[in-house]
Amino acid sequence: MALSRETLEKAFYDFILRVSTGMPEDIYLAIKRAYETEENPVAKTQLEAILKDMNIACSETRPICQDTGTPYLWVEIGEDFPLKPLVIEEAFKSALRKATKEGYLRPNAVDPLYAKNSGDNTGRFIPWVHYEPVPGDKLTVRLLFKGGGSEAPSTLIMSTPLKGFENLYTGVIDTIVRYGPLPCPPLIVGVAIGAGADIVMSLAKKALLRPIGQRHPDPKAAKIEEELLEAINKLGVGPHGFGGKYTALDVKFEYAHRHPATFAIGIVTGCWATRRGTIQFESDGSYRILSKHLVPEGGACVIR
Amino acid sequence: MSGEARVFHLRTPISDEDVEKLRVGDIIYITGIMVTARDEAHKKILEVLERGEKLPIDLRGLVLYHCGPVVRKRPDGTWEVVAAGPTTSMRMESVEAEFIAKTGVKVIVGKGGMGRRTAEAMKKYKAVYAVFTGGAGALAANRIKRVVDVYWLEELGIPEAVWVFEVEEFGPLVVTIDSHGNNYYEKHMEEVRKRAEEIKKELLSKIEH
Repeated sequence: MALSRETLEKAFYDFILRVSTGMPEDIYLAIKRAYETEENPVAKTQLEAILKDMNIACSETRPICQDTGTPYLWVEIGEDFPLKPLVIEEAFKSALRKATKEGYLRPNAVDPLYAKNSGDNTGRFIPWVHYEPVPGDKLTVRLLFKGGGSEAPSTLIMSTPLKGFENLYTGVIDTIVRYGPLPCPPLIVGVAIGAGADIVMSLAKKALLRPIGQRHPDPKAAKIEEELLEAINKLGVGPHGFGGKYTALDVKFEYAHRHPATFAIGIVTGCWATRRGTIQFESDGSYRILSKHLVPEGGACVIR
Repeated sequence: MSGEARVFHLRTPISDEDVEKLRVGDIIYITGIMVTARDEAHKKILEVLERGEKLPIDLRGLVLYHCGPVVRKRPDGTWEVVAAGPTTSMRMESVEAEFIAKTGVKVIVGKGGMGRRTAEAMKKYKAVYAVFTGGAGALAANRIKRVVDVYWLEELGIPEAVWVFEVEEFGPLVVTIDSHGNNYYEKHMEEVRKRAEEIKKELLSKIEH
């Protein structure tokens, strides 16, 4: 297989379908564990419906949620990878258009000034793409389809440094309480500290990509994740606001160095249907979807 | 919510008697006709009624669904519903009481709950609000047997158009506003807010200086 724009486009199309219809392994297993251990009967019916939904989406190749989200890409492009960023982006856009036209994605890109839906999920700055040059000759693309409902709680707090951690803890709890059932809990909560508004919002969103259960390598950061997760789950908002033990599946914390005078805090939530995945291309055009998803195989759904 | 939930299987058209039996926390499954309407469709339907004109479908006794589906046309021209979970109902709060009064819908299905004005209208006109698991778009589509009709498709576009679905055992739906003045989420979130105060105190005691 030679590397070309067409090779990328075809691979991206398969990747888009995989991410939109196949739950990531970690979230699927976390929901399954929650279902098995939840004692509140109504919360349990919600977790059961979610598991059924994941299985139907997988076996019938349907989107997991009808809000197929806004596409966010994090692109790690090897300095020696033969194709240029614009070619990669155009290939991804063509794949998005195809998947939308075939009814696998809902057209979600709306021009705010002219109130017009582009009809194909591409538009001004959409997909939203972050590029990171890395050594080597590989291309790694991480995709997040971010639902609209779970964007509502996004919160920025420009704290004074002295009150930083106090505002971090109370800000996260207040945000989860304020939005209750709206962002479709159980959630993944991304939290970040840094120098400026854009830095923390961006880091908090990227933190949603880290797998459930994986702790931040820094022990202090890991402790913040654990404390916040425990506190959020004590609130008892529960799946879709029906109480019980699971308001969040995990909390992901990230930080950048801050300015001496600033302590920006970013809070972002991902719904239970946080659809994300990773694909990697070699310079010869071969590729692999690195993330594991729930996929159909021989009449059943397996993780692969 | 605690204790085993009561389960009801309802068929459209739904009567006032069916509605009055229901209480918050009950689980219902619906068979029959569900009609979608989001923000724009609510506006459209109320405008038509305001002009004294008839709606293309009589909504009395039917189920209103806050939903913007993913659909595709089959080669034979019929529609396939690909995914059809609920959208956030609160956006329709400002017009829902009037909608209930003027159309006679008996069950409203959405996600996230609705406010005081809707709850009051539900008490007055006998209707309930029930939540379908947010995000479970594939499960919902699986329970939709066919698209009976679609209105204002050209004008409003796919997500905003009024879709008429024939459904079978559509659920589980959890009643969160009943026709007796109860609003589950209001009470639940009040309890959550109280717990939050304690939880914040505990968290702040853990901060290292």
